[in-house]
Amino acid sequence: MSSPNSPTPSLATSSESDLALCARSVDVYYGNRQVLEEVSIDVYPGQVTAIIGPSGCGKSTFIKVLNRIGELESNMRVKGEIQFFGQNIYSQRVNLNRLRRQIGMVFQKPNPFPTSIYDNVAYGVRVFSRPSRAVLDDVVESALSDAALWNEVKDSLKKSALSLSGGQQQRLCIARALAVKPRVLLMDEPCSALDPIATLKIEELIRSLQQELTIVIVTHNMQQAARISDYTAFFSTDESQVGRLIELDSTAKIFGSATHSRTRDYIEGRFG
Amino acid sequence: MAFFDRQLTKPLPLGRTLFSYGMSAIAVLSTALALMALLSILFEIFRQGLPGLKWEVFTSLPAPAGETGVPSGFGNAIQGTVLMVAIAALLSVPLGILTAIYLSEIGKTSATATIVRFVMSILSAVPSIVVGVFAYAVIVLATLFNYKGFSALAGAFALAVIMLPIVVLSIEEALKLVPQQQRFASAALGANSIQTTFKIVLASALPSITTGVLLAVARVSGETAPLLFTALFSQSWIENILNPTPSLSVMIYNYSGSPFPEQTQLAWTASVVLLGMVLLTNLLSRLITRKR
Ligand SMILES: Nc1ncnc2c1ncn2[C@@H]1O[C@H](COP(=O)(O)OP(=O)(O)O)[C@@H](O)[C@H]1O
Ligand SMILES: [Mg+2]
Repeated sequence: MSSPNSPTPSLATSSESDLALCARSVDVYYGNRQVLEEVSIDVYPGQVTAIIGPSGCGKSTFIKVLNRIGELESNMRVKGEIQFFGQNIYSQRVNLNRLRRQIGMVFQKPNPFPTSIYDNVAYGVRVFSRPSRAVLDDVVESALSDAALWNEVKDSLKKSALSLSGGQQQRLCIARALAVKPRVLLMDEPCSALDPIATLKIEELIRSLQQELTIVIVTHNMQQAARISDYTAFFSTDESQVGRLIELDSTAKIFGSATHSRTRDYIEGRFG
Repeated sequence: MAFFDRQLTKPLPLGRTLFSYGMSAIAVLSTALALMALLSILFEIFRQGLPGLKWEVFTSLPAPAGETGVPSGFGNAIQGTVLMVAIAALLSVPLGILTAIYLSEIGKTSATATIVRFVMSILSAVPSIVVGVFAYAVIVLATLFNYKGFSALAGAFALAVIMLPIVVLSIEEALKLVPQQQRFASAALGANSIQTTFKIVLASALPSITTGVLLAVARVSGETAPLLFTALFSQSWIENILNPTPSLSVMIYNYSGSPFPEQTQLAWTASVVLLGMVLLTNLLSRLITRKR
């Protein structure tokens, strides 16, 4: 059995505390309506895990469960257990602010703050500490470089973030998330509002970030999942409108010879 | 198909056409009437007031009744209006911002928030003279720092009570206009709700908050009834905020019925100045909103 970090990933059974995220029998409800049932997923550290599936099957919902932002947005309830490197994130003693600092998030629509480019990236750092200007300058520069945006904005850090193009705004949001040094980055269809060139830039970026970071990305674009991910999880719903995990495997396996017929049907475009 | 009339150029029945024209004409006429009423007020104020608008009205006290040929003005009333409105804003704006934050960020749809919102809308509907009588009862009749009676402080208090609901409701609207996505973005970076509120939500809403405050200021600058009961009037410069204090609105009220033509002239000119101040505040608030 290969280790999770091996170049050719496979579903290794590893101890739960080695997993970046480990969901066990997760049920999710909005009010009384169940939208996800019995989802169990392993997310390997240093890998890109893509979540695909027809719209409405609960991909966004599931990703919002992982940093507990969902309960802030709406009346979401979660049952089951989710561990982040062996720690139960739904434990009563978890500090949500610390949790979300470790598990960053990039949203579907770019949502920079209406402040300067610099202040956007510095925001998360300032929330937790009062670094000197020099330290902050370094953090901002390296985050923007990691997000492949530094060369485009280094002369206009004081300009409003809203003056950037959509693709640049999304990379700024990635830089903003990277600046607080998360261990996991969640991305909910980060390219769906972008043009193909901006999308390509973000895909390259995801590939380069993967060295130090664990990434979970929701995408409706199957080619994208095939291009950028190591593992792919396929979610789907049945008549009951409750989403389930159908299959999780290495991306090569899912796109080459998926075990379940529903996965194959979806990938070959026969439904959804 | 037989019952499908394809003739696009055939006019509508005469009755419908006439009705449509008639309604349009009535709408235009009503608008013109409303505009005329407004314009004639402005016209009359400027016609009567502008001739008296000299530099000395800003720098002098009102001359004693019947005395002509000496510099006469209402510098003290401008001072009083600005002072009382400023104190009122200092009292109501911080309280209003915190209440609005409670309503929009914390209480939301809870029972308490709904009650607070309801109380605020009732408060904004209370006639200003009632607020004046209330301020008279709780401040003017009470003894403060060995002073008793009419004062700028009592006037400012009454104005603050009138401003509070306007400020709260408009700031709440401004906060609610900040996209939810911004709050989630902040939370996703590990910020707690206080940090999100003060660093992101308030900062984003600042232009509209300023606009709301300025509109409230403009609204109370012309209030007369509450000041009659609280600040009263005075012929001298302001020395102490615990003494009776003049204001433009009360001065206009006092002098407009005067038998002395110099005093009615002062009232007209003060109306121009008050109107100008309110207009300027309004303009400023528009400018701030536009800049976004
Ligand atoms: N805030 C919410 N309140 C109630 N129902 C919701 C909410 N968000 C999503 N849903 C429902 O949950 C289901 C899953 O939605 P979502 O997670 O957005 O799916 P996906 O991202 O896969 O398209 C949908 O049926 C949707 O209508
Ligand atoms: Mg979605």
